[in-house]
Amino acid sequence: MFGTLSYNKQKTIIIVSFLLIPLLLLATFTYYPAIKLVYYSFTNWDGYSPEKPWVGLDNYREVFSNPDIFKVFTHNFAYFVMGIVQNIVAIYFAVVLSSKLRGKNAFRIMLFLPYIMNGVAVAFMFGYVFDTTNGSLNLFLDNIGLHHLAQTSWLGTEGLVNYSLASTGFWRFMGYNMVIYIASLQAIPKDIYEAAKIDGAGSFQTLWRITLPNMKPVIQLNLFLTVTGALEVFDLPFVLTKGGPAGASETYVQKVVDTAFAFNNYGLASAMSIILLFFVVIVLLVQQLVLNRGGDK
Amino acid sequence: MAHTKFRLVDFIKYITLLIGVFVVLFPPYVVIVNAFKSTDEFNSSSSMALPKSFLNFDNFTAVFQRGGLLSGFGNVLVIIIITLTLNILFGTMVAYVLGRFSFKLKPVVFGAYLVATIIPSITTQVATFGIIKNMGLYNTLGAPIVLYIGADVIQIILYLQFIRNIPFDLDESAMVEGASLFKIYRSIIFPLLTPATATLLILKTISIYNDMYIPYLYIPKQSLGVVTTILMRFQGVNSGEWNLICAAILLILLPTVILYFFLQRYIFEGVTSGAVK
Repeated sequence: MFGTLSYNKQKTIIIVSFLLIPLLLLATFTYYPAIKLVYYSFTNWDGYSPEKPWVGLDNYREVFSNPDIFKVFTHNFAYFVMGIVQNIVAIYFAVVLSSKLRGKNAFRIMLFLPYIMNGVAVAFMFGYVFDTTNGSLNLFLDNIGLHHLAQTSWLGTEGLVNYSLASTGFWRFMGYNMVIYIASLQAIPKDIYEAAKIDGAGSFQTLWRITLPNMKPVIQLNLFLTVTGALEVFDLPFVLTKGGPAGASETYVQKVVDTAFAFNNYGLASAMSIILLFFVVIVLLVQQLVLNRGGDK
Repeated sequence: MAHTKFRLVDFIKYITLLIGVFVVLFPPYVVIVNAFKSTDEFNSSSSMALPKSFLNFDNFTAVFQRGGLLSGFGNVLVIIIITLTLNILFGTMVAYVLGRFSFKLKPVVFGAYLVATIIPSITTQVATFGIIKNMGLYNTLGAPIVLYIGADVIQIILYLQFIRNIPFDLDESAMVEGASLFKIYRSIIFPLLTPATATLLILKTISIYNDMYIPYLYIPKQSLGVVTTILMRFQGVNSGEWNLICAAILLILLPTVILYFFLQRYIFEGVTSGAVK
């Protein structure tokens, strides 16, 4: 029956019917909420009452004038710093594991292992490792002779807690970045290296002039993910410290979620979300600009 | 001279790799050794010491009895099976349309999937929450399922790469024999996408199994707990009893770690072909 129609008609039917549900899902759970979010951000809706009083730009004004809200971004900064270090370490291991080496595969498998582990379980695992009195990290530090470090309260010290949490993220995602860098290294044609060798390039020169420039697009992608990831951190502090001590590890997204669900201030939370979305887009645009100015590729 | 320098570089490589492996294995090691200790033994021994016996399964049975972990595994399994069946279906359908036909709105459809990835999904939850409530799916397994089944851009890119490698001659010869376009999808494209589907099955299974946020927010009901939310509740009730919590952590990590060691090749493949175009 369907098969007797002309291929042109079939094509139209297939396109429409195959895309209908997937696009409906995309619209319902991604674009519609995004549009709703913009609307909510101009109201001071509490999340349940039927009327949503229009307040114009008040929420945005509130976000920008309340220093408490933007201050939490300084907590996100730790994740950004660790993210950069994470990428550098990942590139290092990717280069090392792409060279001639025994047990290459075994090392790859081990270093990637944390990525597939359950995030909540990992968070609790580190909660135990970081524990001040019972924790294994302090015990380990004590055993290797760093006695003064062994008293540190990793999750209870204000300036330190975000770096402790971010290092958990580092532990989990370094291997993921590494595998992606390894793949991009494999895509570099081998003859470039041979030509460089003939021209007498040293290994450092090869790395600096050939390997890194060829990895540029992937490095850019990972940096984008690092920056946006740092802006959007949520689950680690949420599970491990609940934002403590005294709000020192609260991140921006956690503040958004609290504003909405704990304080029933959907309007303000929406405005905060929109502002975050803007930051993400700005990061993307700046990167595109820098990338295109760089010229090659 | 050149010889010794070469050796030094190798030495540094191995040392750094070993440090890396040590850092990776240290936290799981601590969890493993303590999961087998009784409370007395736990309190009297160092947190890095090996347990008296690796055959003390008391903590694990306690976790199963007290934590309701079994129903957690059951719930997440139901979610994974239903989600992935539909997700694979939708993913291949979108990829078939985008990979085989040209039509005016094609760039728009692809672009819509692409742009969707830069919208941080956590921030739109405020609005998504309302939709789920209005659909009557709040506190049912339907909520995570509808939120997970949509195809994402990485999945579509992965399928598109595979579809490009399926020769169009196959479609044409099927058309010569009078096969409908639906039949071509069902009996040529879909089966030939199996390797990509297998990779996706593994990756999506891991990511759904590990997700905390959606179950936490949308299915808070006790009986609908999945492994992550059950672990959170368990920790809340038993905080301080680290030997028990270690056993719970270990039980939850185990399935994906086993899966990983058997299937790491496919996992690497999926991760890289999605990210490196």
